[in-house]
Amino acid sequence: MIALARGIGIRLVLAIGLLLAVVIVVFSLIQIAPGDAATYLGIQQGTGDPEFLAQVRADYGLDRPMLVQLMAYIGNVAQLDLGQSTYFNEPVLGLILDRLFATMLLAGTALVFAVVVGVAIGVFTARRPESPASHGVTVISLLGFSTPVFWSGLMFILVFAAKWGILPVGGIEDVRYNGNWFGETVDLLEHLVLPAISLGIIYLAIYSRLARASMLEVLESDYIRTARAKGAHERVVVYKHALRNAVIPVVTAAGLQVGNLLSGALLVEFVFAWPGIGRLAVSSIFRSDSPTLLGIMIFSAAMVIVANLLTDLVYRLIDPRIRVGGSR
Amino acid sequence: MTDLGIAIEPTETGGRGALRMFLRNKPAVLGLIVFAFIVLVTIFGPGLYATSAKKMVAPPFLGPGDDLGPLLGTDYLGRDILAGILTGGRTTLLVAAVAAAFTLTIGLVVGSLAGYFGGWIDTLLMRFTEIFQVMPSLLFALVVIFLLGPGTWNETLAIGLTLWPLAARLTRAEFLRLREMEYVKASRAIGCSDLRIMFRTILPNAMPPLLVSATLTVVIAILFHAGLAFLGLVDVNTVSWGSMMGKNRAYTLTAWWMVFFPGTAIVITGLSISLIGDGLQDAFNPKLRGR
Repeated sequence: MIALARGIGIRLVLAIGLLLAVVIVVFSLIQIAPGDAATYLGIQQGTGDPEFLAQVRADYGLDRPMLVQLMAYIGNVAQLDLGQSTYFNEPVLGLILDRLFATMLLAGTALVFAVVVGVAIGVFTARRPESPASHGVTVISLLGFSTPVFWSGLMFILVFAAKWGILPVGGIEDVRYNGNWFGETVDLLEHLVLPAISLGIIYLAIYSRLARASMLEVLESDYIRTARAKGAHERVVVYKHALRNAVIPVVTAAGLQVGNLLSGALLVEFVFAWPGIGRLAVSSIFRSDSPTLLGIMIFSAAMVIVANLLTDLVYRLIDPRIRVGGSR
Repeated sequence: MTDLGIAIEPTETGGRGALRMFLRNKPAVLGLIVFAFIVLVTIFGPGLYATSAKKMVAPPFLGPGDDLGPLLGTDYLGRDILAGILTGGRTTLLVAAVAAAFTLTIGLVVGSLAGYFGGWIDTLLMRFTEIFQVMPSLLFALVVIFLLGPGTWNETLAIGLTLWPLAARLTRAEFLRLREMEYVKASRAIGCSDLRIMFRTILPNAMPPLLVSATLTVVIAILFHAGLAFLGLVDVNTVSWGSMMGKNRAYTLTAWWMVFFPGTAIVITGLSISLIGDGLQDAFNPKLRGR
């Protein structure tokens, strides 16, 4: 138990160090890029007057040594201050938090959909390794992996929303349900279906294949043969003994792919006008709103780091072979 | 107890055996044929088809096969979709190839140094790699393009900078595994330099998994470039599959062919490369066949 606590402690320290490194990378990128906040404001005001630029630099502390600026930047991030949006004129963190729920809902639903359905397909096909369905998983998996998520999203809109009219085209809510609790929830879920499936389908493709491979491997192992030899029912062997070990690679992959998931969510949010963090990032580029874009960068990195920590924890819980410090 | 420290390699995994395995794998051969066809079409297609991808050649919003118009229809400005796919494929494949080469080079250098030398060099390089892994790759690419400005070279740079950790980790794992092999110890014993051992002794043996991951990297680079172009974050004057979809996005519901065909081109290309990668995987590692 103490070993476990120490293991988690070390992980936490490393995680904080990692976030610090991300902040330094983002800060360096700002320095490398041509122009600074002063030239940007100058362009906005329509002036290149050196006196004005010098005044702005003094006001924002841009004339201080680089290291001092970096320390100030780190200090701000440590106090959860990601700066002020130049477009909204509001704190960036608030803008992100306003949209966090939408992104988490989309990414979370897609991930759960992919893991649950992927494992189900994997287990089903692993029990019939020579069936056409089993070979189909390989091809469908490669197909899912090669399909641009924004294209499948647009095609879903075309078929399900425009042609058949059974699901909304985009957005997250319909104003006509305002105030009706039940109606609002159903409406939200209806809006969620297409984006979540577009995003989840890539990972479904990956996880079904992964689950099948790991299930096939587990089913060949000695302890499964033992379980069968002692006369355990096939269903118990597969779902109780084998499944538990077979899902470990899938859960690990899912946890470690949160960064990719956020990248995919960015495109899906753009296509479906889903009011999340990703869409804010894309709009910020077109608004030249660098504090918001960089704030989102740091915030997402923090989300990925937390997700990796949680994966590590879950991993230790479901796989008793991997307990830190040999605490057995 | 029975481990004699000798790696027993199945005889069929060597170069020629692997090639035979690959050629016996029908989906992989199909992938190779399709991919070769796509490469030829993007090289010679624009010259042979002779219709500019940027010029208005017919009335806008012509569907595929409408009134003897272009084969795959026209977009909202009356530009030929087929011409766009031929010309755009060149951009997409070129950017993806250069970006993938860039990615694999960084990955190879970082991964081989970390895996071969181990110790603090390994720790340092892997921590450095981790920084790039926790930043969502597309977002990081957006930031790079935002700061450096759009343009084909900046796109390639952005894609390369975000995708290398995967290759680095894989290379490191292979080097870690192979440096303990008898033949590596033997080269060290006869006094070969580190550089020679790394690139002449270990690297050729690490190639199979790296080759498989290279195909994967090319597919991801194609999707990445398409995503960036779709968002409109690339040079507006170059035609690519992604930019065609991005520009015609608003007309998806009224003129499906404008978005459908460029997307299909990406799916077919990606699938053919993935099939090749899958075939290589099976050929190099017959034990994992069909998984």
